[in-house]
Amino acid sequence: MTSRLDATFARLRDRGERALVPYFTAGDPSLADTRRLVVEAARRGADVIELGVPFSDPLADGPVIQRAAMRALAAGTTLPRLLETVAALRAEVSVPLVLLTYYNPVLAFGLAAFARAAVRAGVDGVIVADLPPEEADPLAREAEAAGLDLIHLVAPTSTPERVRLIARRSHGFIYVVALTGVTGERQELPPDLAAQIRTLRRVTTKPVCVGFGISTPAQVAAVGGLADGAVVGSAIVRLVEERAGSPSLVDDVGAFIAELKAPLRKGA
Amino acid sequence: MKPKLPDARGHFGRFGGRFVPETLMAPLIELERAWSAAKRDRPFQQRLAGLLRDYAGRPTPLYHAARLSEQCGGARIYLKREDLCHTGAHKINNVLGQALLAARMKKGRLIAETGAGQHGVATATAAALLGLECDVYMGAEDVERQALNVFRMRLLGARVISVESGSRTLKDAINEALRDWVTNVRTTYYLLGSALGPHPYPMMVRDLHAVIGQETRRQTRGVLRRLPDVLVACVGGGSNAIGLFHPFIGDRRVRIIGVEPGGEGIATGRHGASMSAGAVGVLHGCMSYLLQSDDGQIATAHSISAGLDYPGVGPEHAYYRDAGRFEFVSITDAEALEGFEALTRLEGIMPALESAHAVAYAMRLAKTLPRSKAIVVGLSGRGDKDVHVVAKALGKAIG
Repeated sequence: MTSRLDATFARLRDRGERALVPYFTAGDPSLADTRRLVVEAARRGADVIELGVPFSDPLADGPVIQRAAMRALAAGTTLPRLLETVAALRAEVSVPLVLLTYYNPVLAFGLAAFARAAVRAGVDGVIVADLPPEEADPLAREAEAAGLDLIHLVAPTSTPERVRLIARRSHGFIYVVALTGVTGERQELPPDLAAQIRTLRRVTTKPVCVGFGISTPAQVAAVGGLADGAVVGSAIVRLVEERAGSPSLVDDVGAFIAELKAPLRKGA
Repeated sequence: MKPKLPDARGHFGRFGGRFVPETLMAPLIELERAWSAAKRDRPFQQRLAGLLRDYAGRPTPLYHAARLSEQCGGARIYLKREDLCHTGAHKINNVLGQALLAARMKKGRLIAETGAGQHGVATATAAALLGLECDVYMGAEDVERQALNVFRMRLLGARVISVESGSRTLKDAINEALRDWVTNVRTTYYLLGSALGPHPYPMMVRDLHAVIGQETRRQTRGVLRRLPDVLVACVGGGSNAIGLFHPFIGDRRVRIIGVEPGGEGIATGRHGASMSAGAVGVLHGCMSYLLQSDDGQIATAHSISAGLDYPGVGPEHAYYRDAGRFEFVSITDAEALEGFEALTRLEGIMPALESAHAVAYAMRLAKTLPRSKAIVVGLSGRGDKDVHVVAKALGKAIG
């Protein structure tokens, strides 16, 4: 069975396009807002949307996404309520939805129950920030049985044998962590990013998306020259933070997404 | 029972492991290799043994607390005097070993987290000794309640970084240290101070503190002509406890009891007793018992002692608890204060509030046992750092 992620990346490749993958912390400032933001993002050119599951101890995240997680938790966001929102969204959008989470909320939900509930709600993939392939077998089994793509990350510190292992285990796409560090905006793309992606391309034909530190249309354009997709997180989450409560929240975020997508369109 | 744990991937049964962002996986594997090479390297081991003896002051005495025992009117209580170590707590054992390892790995910068400040002080001390740069992460709440240790670290040349995120205590300091490490992993050594975190830390920290239990075995054989009947130690993350307990795991007749912080009482929800009231989960790189909500958010621990104020516990403790080898009990803030006062008045030894939990439980247990029984308490640290907390709790002003 071809997953919605596989089909999306195949279609984009056929068209000579690259994917824009925006990230939202689910429930920031509320799940109702997340729902509106996802619908608008899909309309303005998002090809895959990542929804962050808020966690009390987000040790891979920088201050912007940490703050968003705290706001989302304070607003009462839980994984079950997030899945209800996804289920509701599925009536409005067909864009692939990927959850980005830490392992503990998934463990607390129950691995098999989580994989089934996520697929039933309409989630296509899951990325677990603190679950390397060595520890991922229990979740991978349940994800595969349920038809949920488990997406793994490669890092600049990954050794060649780890890159091969991750490329083999990752489904849907491979998430390239562009820099050694936490999530957050940076002035420059790391100089060794091109080499890192070349190394990965030598061992896999799976789609490759790059995230961490990518925040401007220029940076997205540069990533578009190297990979199948660009993930933009903190810059969007910061805009949500700035516009929360304002009537222009959805429009402003939508406009930013259109701006980010422009350099990834064919012939751009 | 000859324990051969953890396994090759750092698992103690279902506990432990390596639940970290991919960026840290290769560095952790490198660290594991460096540690196993150092363990076989005779000059390294000789240098560590020399420092433990001449610098840290080992072996520490095993002291028969006769007046305390008499007051309880039962079993004899012995204190393993880690409070007499250089810098005032057991933490130096682990720190010297890991700092030497950092130097051996050519890392010029140490980072550490600290709760009560004891591990931070020990790390700053080792950094001064070895000429390494040192940054210590400390929750903002702990910076306030442990001002003396903050100043000690600064005197030693370390930078203390106050962590304002989350609950502003030890757990958030670990998050921030891990974020630093993920960013600077190529040049920086993360000197973790408890028997938790991703593999190889729980194993390495245990190995370095096992000297506590090894000395205790020798000393009780000398004094009692046999092994002790009961070992009691406080457990936050569990580093002093695993150090005392580990060499006795195969001795089935030795009861092993970990004392968790009961805070204001387990029923109030304001405590740090992850074994008594927690559920299995993943935090800070390892699977263990955690205080958490039904949907997997980590709860805020509470304890009068900053060093026990942590919502998790080391994975090896979790394993031996489930295996039925270690028992876990809890002692409230108020009971710990009673332990503090009793040891101070009866023996002239002022324990750290962490260690006072173990003292308080040992006193309770001693009353139920005959005089022929011997209890060894891990007296993990000295109480100078806590005097102002004690004064506040007793409603007294200092000076």
